[in-house]
Amino acid sequence: MTLDLVIQQLVNGLIVGSFYALIALGYSMVFGVIKLLNFAHGDIYMSGAFVGLIVFSFVGIWVGNGWLGVVCALLVSMLAVGLLGVVIERFAYRPMRSAPRLSILITALGASMVLNGAALALTGGRHFAFNTDLGFAGVDISAVHITYTQMVLVAASILLMAGMQAFVSRTMYGKAMRAVSIDMGASRLMGIDVDRVIALTFFMGSALAAGGGVMAGAYYGSVHFFMGFIMGLKAFTAAVIGGIGSVPGAMLGGLLLGLLEAYGSSLPFVGSEWRDVFVFGALILFLVFKPTGILGRSIVERV
Amino acid sequence: MSEEATSLPAGQRQTLRRSLLPGLAALACALVLPQFANAYVLEVATTALLYVVLCLGLNIVVGYAGLLDLGYAAFFAVGAYTTGILTAEFGFNFWLSIPVSMVAACVAGIIIGAPTLRLRSDYLAIVTLGFGEIVRIIARNLDITGGASGLVGIERPEVFGFKLMQVQHFYYAFLVLALLTIFVCLSVERSRMGRAWFYVRYDEDAAAGIGINRVSAKLQAYMMGAVIASVAGCLYAAKMTAISPESFTFNQSLLILLGVVLGGMGRIPGVVLGAILVALLPEVLRGAGTYRPLVTAVALLAIMLFRPNGLWPDKRV
Repeated sequence: MTLDLVIQQLVNGLIVGSFYALIALGYSMVFGVIKLLNFAHGDIYMSGAFVGLIVFSFVGIWVGNGWLGVVCALLVSMLAVGLLGVVIERFAYRPMRSAPRLSILITALGASMVLNGAALALTGGRHFAFNTDLGFAGVDISAVHITYTQMVLVAASILLMAGMQAFVSRTMYGKAMRAVSIDMGASRLMGIDVDRVIALTFFMGSALAAGGGVMAGAYYGSVHFFMGFIMGLKAFTAAVIGGIGSVPGAMLGGLLLGLLEAYGSSLPFVGSEWRDVFVFGALILFLVFKPTGILGRSIVERV
Repeated sequence: MSEEATSLPAGQRQTLRRSLLPGLAALACALVLPQFANAYVLEVATTALLYVVLCLGLNIVVGYAGLLDLGYAAFFAVGAYTTGILTAEFGFNFWLSIPVSMVAACVAGIIIGAPTLRLRSDYLAIVTLGFGEIVRIIARNLDITGGASGLVGIERPEVFGFKLMQVQHFYYAFLVLALLTIFVCLSVERSRMGRAWFYVRYDEDAAAGIGINRVSAKLQAYMMGAVIASVAGCLYAAKMTAISPESFTFNQSLLILLGVVLGGMGRIPGVVLGAILVALLPEVLRGAGTYRPLVTAVALLAIMLFRPNGLWPDKRV
């Protein structure tokens, strides 16, 4: 590997990694609070990308296809899809909260399939172009060109994640969230409105995923109904690597996975068609040797 | 077997006797079906029998042991590709490829199950989801599996010098396999192992408390499911004579799961009913086009929310 390739893959890895981290964070937060793997999370990311594209096409008429349009799309999509997350929680997950684990998991899967199926039915399975004119201006390091867009994307996702971390660790609602994740019953006895805290968690997790979706859509220039499937799987892997239930862990896991994937697929014997196999292998290895992840605490099966 | 049956509690023996007559009637109908049905109906009926086998296999994992497997089609693919590669590329006899497939499925089951079954049950769900995709990607990218276009020229099996060729031959072959699977499920359900699975499903800690090894009980269920799917895959490959990675997508796994959930998890008649409904679904929804996955998804969600025990639930629970 030449130095250029090393730097190039570092850039690629950081960008993909920050998308993974944003999605993994939502996974991890929801998991932390209600101990449910939200299968619909990847599809929420996909929905976010589509809502973003719709908003972007509308506001583009007035503000053009530049940064302002992307920011509008990002904010509206985060709000709308955050609410979608709340609706899913209210109608699919809340009725099942006391049901057996298996039923909850299958319901979550059903919610994921409904989102995915609805997107397929509405779009007819086509790829939609997300045409932005953010330009390719940037800086050159050695022979590697890094655009300002790439830097802004990484900075924006780090900002979003830092905001989330501050919210969870500093505010009253954040404290309530942590309390619910430790003991739901005791939190209720202490006067915490548990339903509201769970709804808020879904809102924030879904909004983050939507933010990731809009950014990924704008960055790759294309949106597709199936984009959430692999993303959901990788975000889960990232959450496991970092330690599920831990906010900094999700960020670390996302970035690590992004780098692992970027460097892994440029190894001579791996190649990009084996990239997903490589990621999955990493997941299995982590589950065997360090199931709690890098920053996670021990996982106990809930009874 | 008969000793087992007499040692059953009176209630269970009664249910067994009561379900014997409808069961035999259904079997008689299935036996004479090819006399009356045309090729199209027979083709659909063969698919239904394939789903019966797959759903019963997945039912061991999901219904008996309470583990969510989202990549069940992967084991089906392991069986189909093992038979495909051994017969088309190495000239193996079809029947010899079945035990090899079973061993391959066991090994795959251990690779996936052993690390994940120690952890929370949710992990298994998502790891199997990934595993399903990985098997498909591997099949797409290796030379020996024929890449994206798949394998062709898989040998048709012979029974005592008689070559299985026509639709009704495979219909009967799948019927035999389905009956065999039902028999295996019935006997395993009431075995020591089966009772351990039920116990683990209802209360894992209590099960561990009375000395059941949770991890090995789960692993046994997982491997048994894998083996059944792989045998179904062998016969499927022989019937189609050509297989491609696109027959083993995530959607396939979902359809099998839907069959198990639709009829009623953990109960053989319910699962058989669910499997038949799932096989009929594409025929009914032929005109629905891109709306098909949405209809399937809404069906799954509605069942879980409004009838969590399925259309034909187990009265014991």
